Amino acid sequence: MGADGTELTAIRDLTLDLKPESMTVLMGPSGCGKTTLLRIVAHLDDRFIGEVEFPSDARIGFMFQEPRLLPWRTVRQNIELVAAPGFTEEELDRLARSVGLTEMLPRYPQELSLGLARRVALARAFATKPDLLLLDEPFVSLDEKTADRLRRLLLDVWSARPTTAVMVTHNAREAILLADQLVLLAPRPTHVVAIETIDVPQAERDPKMIEALHSDLLQRFPANFSGL
Amino acid sequence: MSRGAWMPVISVVGFVLLWYIGAEIAQSRLLPGPVAVLQYIYEETLHGNLLTQLGITLWRVVASFAVAMLIGSVIGLAMGQMPALNRVLDPWLIVLLNLPALVIIILAYVWFGLNEAAAIGAVALNKIPNVVVTLREGARALDPGLDEMARAYRMSPWSKFRNVVLPQLQPYFAAASRSGISLIWKIVLVVELLGRPNGVGFELHLNFQLFNVTAILGYTLAFVAVMLAIEYLLVQPLERHSTRWRNKPV
Repeated sequence: MGADGTELTAIRDLTLDLKPESMTVLMGPSGCGKTTLLRIVAHLDDRFIGEVEFPSDARIGFMFQEPRLLPWRTVRQNIELVAAPGFTEEELDRLARSVGLTEMLPRYPQELSLGLARRVALARAFATKPDLLLLDEPFVSLDEKTADRLRRLLLDVWSARPTTAVMVTHNAREAILLADQLVLLAPRPTHVVAIETIDVPQAERDPKMIEALHSDLLQRFPANFSGL
Repeated sequence: MSRGAWMPVISVVGFVLLWYIGAEIAQSRLLPGPVAVLQYIYEETLHGNLLTQLGITLWRVVASFAVAMLIGSVIGLAMGQMPALNRVLDPWLIVLLNLPALVIIILAYVWFGLNEAAAIGAVALNKIPNVVVTLREGARALDPGLDEMARAYRMSPWSKFRNVVLPQLQPYFAAASRSGISLIWKIVLVVELLGRPNGVGFELHLNFQLFNVTAILGYTLAFVAVMLAIEYLLVQPLERHSTRWRNKPV
């Protein structure tokens, strides 16, 4: 549905196969329906016709573009509120420690920087013990250093508890660092240009390898990588 | 206490002093001084029925307030969430907002008789449109981002209401009850004056006919004291508690 109330077809005939416990990264220019796609998968968009082979009662961890924390609940309460049934105090403390939030648990989100708030959002997403993790440009509008530290944190938490994940991003290097499967999209209506598989484990991807892969992809798919 | 904190005290003491001097100069039955009024309150509390009358009026205030907040909130939230309902009810809301309190009270007494239900209903009906307007704004201002978060994380309806929706509405509830309690107690006095055999409004009416200004001021002062106590001992601490997450230094 467009802003003027007319119906828009943002996405048509799109199929994606996700491998269990893998990270799929969707990349494409602005306005190509990446966010819409995530919202459909999470059953947040009711005006979509099609099938998501994914039960609506499955557990989802969702990191939005903004942290979307409840400002009137402490960091601890924010995490506990959506945590999976049977999520223990110890598990929470361990999770908080792994993302460096131990000191912040009794604080309110307003007292946190954007980078710290994003860490809370990350911890919250994992506290649900999700069947599917959805990440909608979770590191956007952070300075590169903070963003990079958060990417490493994501990889740490993610490898400690492998989860099927779909991430949307604009950032080519971020995509190459994190993706097992890189899906390149083109807009109007959204369709898949190519699917690239990256076999090297995430932990072994060094800057040199990322740069090499980046220039290779830039050559083959200029529309998706130029200017990024 | 700092100098700034003393200012309200100085202001009140100054007023009482002025009142005292004015009454001394006037030396009239129609302007009793603060001592005479306090003496009246003291006498009526011990030997008269001031406390009973205060209690009756207070109960009417509380009952009308509860009814108005409950009905007004439900209607206001529904109107804020459903544009179609808003279009149907909006003209009636404007009519009710502009209907004089006196008209509602008289009609309630004429149609439903001089009874307690008519009195409380009439007061509540005067307050309901304000609550509706305020809570409708609250419902419109709900953050769609947090709503999506709650849905993505499959929060139960009760948990979502308590943790996501209610805290967002809290300032609107606070605003509605703030303006509500002062409006309601004024209207309760009118209702009592017109058709109840007891309460502060009834006493004021009686003493007006007797031209007993001391009694009028005594009852007024006593009830204002009750309302101030509610404000400082109940409303403000509650508000501080529910907004404790705000205004924290970063």
